[in-house]
Amino acid sequence: MKRFIGFIQKEFYHIFRDTRSLFILFGMPIAQIMLFGFAITNEINNVDIAILDHAKDATTEEIINKISSSKYFSIKQMITREADIETAFQKGKIKAVLNFEKDFAKNLVVEESAKVQIITDATDPNTANAITNYITSILQNYQQSLNKDIQLDYQIIPQTRMVYNAELKSVFMFVPGVMTIILMLVSAMMTSISITREKELGTMEILLVSPLKPFQVIIGKVVPYIFLSIINAAIIVLLSIFIFKMPVEGSLFLLGAESVLFIITSLALGILISTIAKTQQSAMMISLMGLMLPVILLSGFIFPISSMPTVLQIISNIIPAKWFIIIIKGIMLKGVELTYIWKETLILIGMTVFFIVLSIKKYKIRLE
Amino acid sequence: MRTIGYIIQKEFKQIFRNKGMLPIIFILPILQLVVLSNAATYEVNNIKFAYIDSDHSSTSRTLIEKFDASSFFDVLAVYPSDKQATSAMLSGEVDVVIEIPNHFERDLLKEKSTTLGVRINAIDGSAAGVKGGYINEIVQDFNREVRLDYMDASRRDIKPAMIWGIPSFWYNTSLDYKTFMVPGILVLLVTMISLFLSGMNIVREKEIGTLEQLNVTPISKSQFIIGKLFPFWVIGLGLLTIGLILAKIIFNTPMLGSMFLLYVYTSVYILLILGMGLFISNYTDTQQQAMFIAWFFVVIFILMSGLFTPIESMPKWAQIITEFNPIKYFVEVVRMLLLKGSGWADILPQLLKTFACAVIMNALAVWSYKKTT
Repeated sequence: MKRFIGFIQKEFYHIFRDTRSLFILFGMPIAQIMLFGFAITNEINNVDIAILDHAKDATTEEIINKISSSKYFSIKQMITREADIETAFQKGKIKAVLNFEKDFAKNLVVEESAKVQIITDATDPNTANAITNYITSILQNYQQSLNKDIQLDYQIIPQTRMVYNAELKSVFMFVPGVMTIILMLVSAMMTSISITREKELGTMEILLVSPLKPFQVIIGKVVPYIFLSIINAAIIVLLSIFIFKMPVEGSLFLLGAESVLFIITSLALGILISTIAKTQQSAMMISLMGLMLPVILLSGFIFPISSMPTVLQIISNIIPAKWFIIIIKGIMLKGVELTYIWKETLILIGMTVFFIVLSIKKYKIRLE
Repeated sequence: MRTIGYIIQKEFKQIFRNKGMLPIIFILPILQLVVLSNAATYEVNNIKFAYIDSDHSSTSRTLIEKFDASSFFDVLAVYPSDKQATSAMLSGEVDVVIEIPNHFERDLLKEKSTTLGVRINAIDGSAAGVKGGYINEIVQDFNREVRLDYMDASRRDIKPAMIWGIPSFWYNTSLDYKTFMVPGILVLLVTMISLFLSGMNIVREKEIGTLEQLNVTPISKSQFIIGKLFPFWVIGLGLLTIGLILAKIIFNTPMLGSMFLLYVYTSVYILLILGMGLFISNYTDTQQQAMFIAWFFVVIFILMSGLFTPIESMPKWAQIITEFNPIKYFVEVVRMLLLKGSGWADILPQLLKTFACAVIMNALAVWSYKKTT
């Protein structure tokens, strides 16, 4: 045991001696969560649009005013000919063009119906869709204000309540995701690199002939990183509470315990990578290339999993980050107890055990 | 010139000798391109829907049938009371619960107006907005039908004025998000491979100690750097080519603009990325440090590239930061060239900016590389 403690001490020395890495280790997650917490949003804001107004009457003017006074759009250009729509899009700045038909106001009064075409640059279909939705709802509001004198019979009025995030802040969606991605990549990368480093530099041999058992070597390597990751997690949680005003509806203790569990899962994954990789380079390529995009895309961090094709929904189940994101959102935003997230917790535990068992099987005590 | 040739040969040999790395460089990115391009959608469908029906009338049943018939909603469960519904929301089994109150039908027919409780899990705010919109649409539709069924003929003439917003999606009429995502993800993969490989390269020689051996050879600084970077430049362009071919075959991505322009731009772009990698390599002592820094920048570049979330929505200061994001320009150029068929003049600003950055970055990299240790 004394030897083991000595070994862990050595690992801590290694880490603390490399101040540059240490700085990166703590500085980067903080910088990233600040940057992303403020910058990433899938709301629509200040989108540049152009107007092609064939009618130029009081009604279209009123609608245009409504649109330009909303924070979602800024009108950059007034177009006069249909042909100019194409040029506006080609330049790449304009994302949508509103095309009002001739005699808009007259049609609205006489025929009780008037048309406006919402042309969007759908090379980015997600944004195009959102823009169309926002403009349609502005039009609908305007229409309602026109019709407010008409009493309609037989109305079912939906009373919609947005639960868990009443103000529809996108920070609530993204902070758990960013936290997960940072913990996952930092933990998995750190361990996989630090073990392969010993292999590549040849010091692994020395460790293997020492009286320490192989599994003690591995545990000793991981323990310092567990501490570092816990500090990282704590910093991130504090930032999200105090800067982004994320609520913690559930128990802080449970949040901490689940975070530790997830850190251990990631570290176990890192160990597994290090048993496969021979050089630091391949360890890092596996943990960066192999993990970064799948974790960003398949974890439900940005894109809703339920909308993906079935095959991908199935694949997403093997991404540990997916389960952790469900857990954090549950605890922080919904305020659930363990009784609601025991399944996700069990899955994470299962994955951890699986990674560890597999690493032990693959771990070579001898060098080739 | 011969010296450079030999260094290039050495680098290629080292890359292709490492059998463990080859699949990571070539197969992993391609696999991700094919699989992950399908994941990146903001479409909202398969909404997990449940309801509480306290009325049990024919009207309430017809309304639920409407939701059942909609392709957006999966009607998963009916709960007898609010308690079960809340618990299902908490555990994430359902995301939308509508609650049909007592006397729903009676109120609708007698008072001519009734309410409907709707609860939406709004953690994903923008999706919640869309779900709310779908529900409103269905209810409006239902209202119209009810009105036709019950209204007196005399009052049927009163029609509200309607403004029809007719959506028209240009360049991608079917709103196929894969057309948009495939080029974007390809950009990310090319960037990641080039940056990670070049960022690790020189620092690796440093860590193992072979850099000293190279430093005592008569190879000049610029020869050394050109020789080091060229292989990765080739790999980056090779990856782009494979990716484009697959995009055409599997996803049928349109390629309207000039491929020549795309290659011109990519050549300059990869040069910029390699310069960055080299710069990182020069300023770090271990591969671990180099990797952390490369990782830091790549995550920022990816998430602030406008690929997954729109740049226009970011606050002003963040938009200014994105001006320095090479991935942003690459994504713009690829989209413009492949999907819109833009020409020289349209991509010139991006090309010039990228070129300027590439020159600066590589100058810095060469300048900071010292032949002494």
